Amino acid sequence: MLIDVSGLGFSEINTLIRQQGESCHLTGCLSQRFIGAGMSYREITIDGTPGNALGAYLNGGEITVNGNAQDAVGDTMNDGKIIIHGHTGDAVGYAMRGGEIYVRDSAGYRAGIHMKQYKEKRPVMVIGGRTGSFLGEYQAGGLIIVLGLHKDGVPIVGNFPGTGMHGGKLFLRYSDGIKFPAQVNVNEASDEDMAEIMPYITNYCKYFGTDISKLLESKFTVVTPDSKNPYRQMYVNN
Amino acid sequence: MAINYVNPEFEVIRNPNRCIACRVCERQCSNGVHSFDPETGTMMADETKCVDCQRCVTLCPTRALKIVKNECQLRENANWQQDTIYEIYKQAGSGGVLLSSMGNPKPLPVYWDKILINASQVTNPPIDPLREPMETKVFLGKKPTKPERNPDGSLKTELAPQLELTMPVMFSAMSYGSISYNAHESLARAAEALGICYNTGEGGLHEDFYKYGANTIVQVASGRFGVHEDYLSAGAAIEIKMGQGAKPGIGGHLPGKKIVGDVSRTRMIPEGSDAISPAPHHDIYSIEDLRQLVYSLKEATQYQKPVIVKVAAVHNIAAIASGIARSGADIIAIDGFRGGTGAAPTRIRDNVGIPIELALAAVDQRLRDEGIRNNVSLVVGGSIRSASDVVKAVALGADACYVATAALLALGCHLCRTCHTGNCNWGIATQKPELVKRLNPDIGSQRLINLMTAWRHEIMELMGGMGINSIEALRGNRLMLRGVSLNEKELEILGISHAGE
Repeated sequence: MLIDVSGLGFSEINTLIRQQGESCHLTGCLSQRFIGAGMSYREITIDGTPGNALGAYLNGGEITVNGNAQDAVGDTMNDGKIIIHGHTGDAVGYAMRGGEIYVRDSAGYRAGIHMKQYKEKRPVMVIGGRTGSFLGEYQAGGLIIVLGLHKDGVPIVGNFPGTGMHGGKLFLRYSDGIKFPAQVNVNEASDEDMAEIMPYITNYCKYFGTDISKLLESKFTVVTPDSKNPYRQMYVNN
Repeated sequence: MAINYVNPEFEVIRNPNRCIACRVCERQCSNGVHSFDPETGTMMADETKCVDCQRCVTLCPTRALKIVKNECQLRENANWQQDTIYEIYKQAGSGGVLLSSMGNPKPLPVYWDKILINASQVTNPPIDPLREPMETKVFLGKKPTKPERNPDGSLKTELAPQLELTMPVMFSAMSYGSISYNAHESLARAAEALGICYNTGEGGLHEDFYKYGANTIVQVASGRFGVHEDYLSAGAAIEIKMGQGAKPGIGGHLPGKKIVGDVSRTRMIPEGSDAISPAPHHDIYSIEDLRQLVYSLKEATQYQKPVIVKVAAVHNIAAIASGIARSGADIIAIDGFRGGTGAAPTRIRDNVGIPIELALAAVDQRLRDEGIRNNVSLVVGGSIRSASDVVKAVALGADACYVATAALLALGCHLCRTCHTGNCNWGIATQKPELVKRLNPDIGSQRLINLMTAWRHEIMELMGGMGINSIEALRGNRLMLRGVSLNEKELEILGISHAGE
């Protein structure tokens, strides 16, 4: 069912969503925050530009945005899927522990900061374009994949990717000229690595109509931490 | 081998006439101080490992043991004191950042001890709490500033969500991981029996403790450990941790060796992986951003629970609190620089932050001046040591107090300040099963109930003495306080007169 949410506040929108049963389609969305916060199992389609903290604490279901999203998409997300047919702002997937986020175009600063994983919970974020600085800062788990399909000539990732990283894997489709911090290992992705991310790249191509064979012509770079206890050596008991 | 320049801080004195070599001390010491020498049939001690936790002293069946300060001291020097010199030795030997635990031990002023409470004489007579009703119940949350009416003239009675407490004290945040399962169970059970709240800290909520949800505050910190839909819904309130009094401006770091078994499951991170809470929330750079986190939590829990924002007491705390009071938060918790911790860099613990007494007085005054005091309740912590500290805090403007060190002491903590080693002999700040089981939650919860029941009686007696029969009537009532040995500036900030005035 189509719901025109133009002019409505975030609380009204979330109340409407909760009244809709398992699926709903919002139109005319313009910067209302917190859409889908703390929800599970619902299928929400949004036409327009949802505001910050879209799908915060999301615990299942699927959110599709036909447009751009703003900051803090999927903050502390535990499960479910968020698919954005456009760009997204800063801190996408902050501390996410599960579920999948697909962004067709580029993401802002601090994408995937403090992403973590636990047992069967292994979050995945695929960014089609480029990301800003501090990609995967403090990353503690999960997979971050950046495809670099943008065409504006800017590097695939800004400064300081993987600073404080202590878990998970960070994949870049190419990494020429990117400076990494000392505490990560940077390698060419092995066949095993590629097999690991293949389902998610396939999903990306399916959602956004991208030719997968062209993507796979490049050699991916995989970034992993060299210690899961990065602070251990710094202290002396007093 | 390099010379260890640091002499043992303590000396183990064993009375040979009393010692029966039963080896209890050896079994009780997780630091490995005591050992039995089969050749001589006597007990030995390696004092370099002793932290003065007093476990062996307390359990020695013949009272043969004493732990005393080592009289072997460096040459006295008022500037270069022994601690300072030893810290240099430790850093020169290791290159490491000094790591300590619990609250600031330095001799900085404790303003509670320089504030005295009033009592009624002749007029407005004192009230005997044993004979007359006395109300210590408080409600924390936003309060309306004026009555509002519906179109038909009836009063609007819908209030923002409130935390109801039988007394103005709660157990403050200590994560499962920094303290043990049995310590958490003791706190949860005591909070339920007392009708107050305890706080999960940032380590998630163990599945066994969801049943205490009505008396639980769940915390959301920068690491978001264990935060998910059920967790947010489980508690009576949600606390956003921006900062902590013991270590303002830095994050948390639970070493991988403590992330084992249930701690890993509760935090929802793999075993052996460091749990790093970054210093900032990386999505919060302004009051507007804080407002966003507050409202994302409110949306996720459908406005059923008050949201607390916890900050450390720092220099511009009044302005910070004014911002928080406008962020949509229901409660502000302020943690003073003497607050405890399971681990903090020594330099931060001992030098960063300000006393809670000054912070509280400044914040309460600022919020009143700006007409937004009713937007929020104020909770203060950072070394509330007794019922009289609580009464003084309430009179300075607090709605309630957070206590943690006092609660740990009730559980048997001896303040040896080595929580970060994970070898707590009292079963509190450890995850080692053989040590955890030393703390019996039946006894622990009862001791907490005893302590708080005693404090509640004392609060009533102090209130009765002032002729006040409701804690609400004491809040912000600074006329009930006088200062001693304080300078004019201190009195001005505290908003109280000097004794004799």
